[in-house]
Amino acid sequence: MHAVRIHGRGGQGVVTAAELLALAAFTDGKHAQAFPSFGSERMGAPVMAFCRIDDQAIRTRESVTHPDVVIVQDPTLLHHVDVFGGLSADGYILISSTFTVKELGIEEFLATLPDDHLCIVPASDIGQKHLKRPIANTSLLGGFAAMTGLIRIASVESAIRHKFPGALGEANAAAAREAYDHVTAFLSEQGRVSHHARAN
Amino acid sequence: MRAQIEGSQAVAEVVVLCRPDVIAAYPITPQTHIVERLSRMVKQGDVGRCQFLNVESEFAALSALIGASATGARTYTATTSQGLLFMAEAVYNAAGLGLPIVMTIANRAVGAPINIWNDHSDSMALRDAGWIQLYAETNQEAADLHIQAFRLAEELSCPVMVCMDGYILTHAYEPVDLPDRSLVDAFLPPFSPVQVLDPSDPISIGAMVGPEAFTEVKYLAHQQQLRALALVPEVAGVFEQQFQRPSRGLCSPYRMEDADVAVIALGSVIGTIKDTVDELRREGIAAGCVKIGCYRPFPTLQLRAELEGLTCVIVVEKDLAVGMGGIVSADVQIALQGLHIPVHTVIAGLGGRSISKASLKQMIHEARAERLSEPHFLDLNMTAINDELARRRDQRRAGPVAEHLVRAINAIGTKVV
Amino acid sequence: MSTPRIKFYQTGTYTAGNRLLDEAARTVQSRMDRMNSLNSGHRACQGCGEALGARYAVDAAMRASHNRLIAINATGCLEVFSSPYPESSWQIPWMHSLFGNAPAVASGVAAALRAKGRGDVKVLAQGGDGATVDIGLGCLSGMFERNDDVLYLCYDNEAYMNTGIQRSGATPPFARTNTTQVVGEAPGNLLGTGKNLPRIAMAHGIPYVATASVADLHDLETKVTKAMDMQGARYIHLHVPCPLGWGSDPAHTIRVARMAVESGLFPLFEAQFGTVVDRTLIRHKVPVERYLELQDRFKHLFGPPPNTEAIAALQAIADANIVTYGLIV
Repeated sequence: MHAVRIHGRGGQGVVTAAELLALAAFTDGKHAQAFPSFGSERMGAPVMAFCRIDDQAIRTRESVTHPDVVIVQDPTLLHHVDVFGGLSADGYILISSTFTVKELGIEEFLATLPDDHLCIVPASDIGQKHLKRPIANTSLLGGFAAMTGLIRIASVESAIRHKFPGALGEANAAAAREAYDHVTAFLSEQGRVSHHARAN
Repeated sequence: MRAQIEGSQAVAEVVVLCRPDVIAAYPITPQTHIVERLSRMVKQGDVGRCQFLNVESEFAALSALIGASATGARTYTATTSQGLLFMAEAVYNAAGLGLPIVMTIANRAVGAPINIWNDHSDSMALRDAGWIQLYAETNQEAADLHIQAFRLAEELSCPVMVCMDGYILTHAYEPVDLPDRSLVDAFLPPFSPVQVLDPSDPISIGAMVGPEAFTEVKYLAHQQQLRALALVPEVAGVFEQQFQRPSRGLCSPYRMEDADVAVIALGSVIGTIKDTVDELRREGIAAGCVKIGCYRPFPTLQLRAELEGLTCVIVVEKDLAVGMGGIVSADVQIALQGLHIPVHTVIAGLGGRSISKASLKQMIHEARAERLSEPHFLDLNMTAINDELARRRDQRRAGPVAEHLVRAINAIGTKVV
Repeated sequence: MSTPRIKFYQTGTYTAGNRLLDEAARTVQSRMDRMNSLNSGHRACQGCGEALGARYAVDAAMRASHNRLIAINATGCLEVFSSPYPESSWQIPWMHSLFGNAPAVASGVAAALRAKGRGDVKVLAQGGDGATVDIGLGCLSGMFERNDDVLYLCYDNEAYMNTGIQRSGATPPFARTNTTQVVGEAPGNLLGTGKNLPRIAMAHGIPYVATASVADLHDLETKVTKAMDMQGARYIHLHVPCPLGWGSDPAHTIRVARMAVESGLFPLFEAQFGTVVDRTLIRHKVPVERYLELQDRFKHLFGPPPNTEAIAALQAIADANIVTYGLIV
């Protein structure tokens, strides 16, 4: 079983991201359980959402304290919220940002993680390009697919189209695909075998 | 049709399949997604001539359904926590009048202090009002129980609460098999009321009953609920047959055949407990668990049969009888009287605190070693407690407890707890 | 030579006043086919204004709905005296649920009838002033705001009578009740408190609001009939003296009610969608003392020495009503 934790702020589609992740896994024939960390509806407040993915039915209901993947949709949370708390030793980190690891001030995590387990994606820019708004969540899912191989990019796109009708769905799917390609390229630059080759 | 769907949406879809005539609802976290979806479906015309009333309070919601049900309509609402208590008078009224209303309780803690997260204090507060209480372990079960609830309610002329953990189930997005309408129609016949307000055959409903007859009326209500002990498994059996999916009835055991320590619980925490049981088994401990699916009426005989011969029974419950201790464990102990089985009460998950496999395992080890306090509060922060007690000892005007504890524990949503 | 206008007042089946009226205007109580919705055998006090009003109002509603009516009753005097276990004096489909929820229950009944395509069956909700003005106000407001198809009838005897005469939001200033006793610096109910439910109903903009009194039963029946012919939320506020609670002579119930009307303290008017559209003129204006002196609950105002300030305050209320509603031309 793999557990994903997504960090962001209210209004950035963190909950939707977890749902799309679950839907993509479902499309891949896996079991998925997605849920938000719950609170009163408030724009801008830090929020988290979780998604468990497994090949068999998921029974547990505890919160995700030891995620295998952490997705950070809003980098302003990095030094404000303990976003990496509990991350497993060979876990994955995916951050939406245009800054480098050094600029973000998180180099210490490179030491503990394999190189190809930390990706920074300019997800808001990709969102701006396809959606005319700096929305990072759908792009990040594409990046997630490339980095972890836990879901196929085709399933991500199909989940997006299921949730968002018409042109909006197409634009979001395109953003996801672009981020997927970005991460795939980054991983091959690293000289590592990307999951693109393995999963598809 | 199997779908990856939010629990609330699944419940709404299934309620619509049951062909309700009148839905009256007042919004309250975390039930809102259920009633929002229902209002949309009714408004779009997907529910025939069903009427959706946007009422001004939960008390009005259930009151409207009392009127509608007495007029021969199949009725539904959903609420939780403060809302359930606000309609408390109507809850007793509906049961006393024998109206087959179905209500979802999206279990949430009752304030003060105000808390929007899950526990069972709300449905426990009204466990003796005369409603049948069913508790769902998963969203699939929540969906299935609603279909069965209408049939149970209408056969018994007794209202039914279907309890599902707020947020944990209502807002969880997981696979649910939504049945075909034809299956539901075959399972659930049209509502045939036992009493109905009808100008062509006038009756008076709601008369005052004095000392000479009140006891008998209540005795009959009690007997009617006890009939449910037979009917709940019977309906579950028919459901299983027609929908080709297991439905558990009164209570369901997990790895109990050769267990010597068992955990009893209601609702979604059973999932985490099953994972815990599996881990303990791998470590050589003969653990098992029993889910109580129907809490009212209480399945005394079934529970006795499951637990007979055990050396250790642990009741994990998401509620607290302030000044006394466990609520579910008290019922379990009554059910097990004469069997001399030690029953431990574990209060867990209050106000939405996550119940972890690690904590459960630790607790079970302690229970087996007879090191648990009675009742035992899982994951209690004794440091914060002691600091607060000291503060209150030092000054009379110590201020509100809740605010100080929140500050002391520093849980303002930035950490996962 | 000018012809003097002669008016006959309705006082019963066999008086000339009734037979001189057009058949359609005659009281339903004079007809052989009257429903007797509230049948004899109920346990109301002698001279109960509520029982009188209920009999006329509900039978008028039954006639107007061609005997297809469902009645929802709040807890209170009417409910208690009409359904003493194991008997019921109701000959129509009738339900009592709780004290504060009659409007909501009625809304639910109306919704069920709509769901079942029974638009021919009408819904009447009824309750006392306590149930309507206080504890049920939230539900009443909700019913109004949704414009549910219900006629709500409030029987206002100006206190919680069934529970033993306690003050409600409809208790008039200076009235003695057991929770506004004649002691202290301001004996009786406090001046400046209380709610005007007819105006609150009007503020919701509902299709029909009317006040009525058992002093004019024809008028009551006419208003009920008119309301039953309309759709949506409708409200009638009926003034009903309570001999026990008011300390008045049971034989004088109608006289007491008439004095309230003729003094201006209880104005009779109709409103539609928030605007007053008609009122009943005062025939012979009387000073408020003529009304107050009939009731023990105001006895303390007459001293000795008389509380002239209090009486003047009540007179001012009456005079203001006369101006507001144009009760004297």
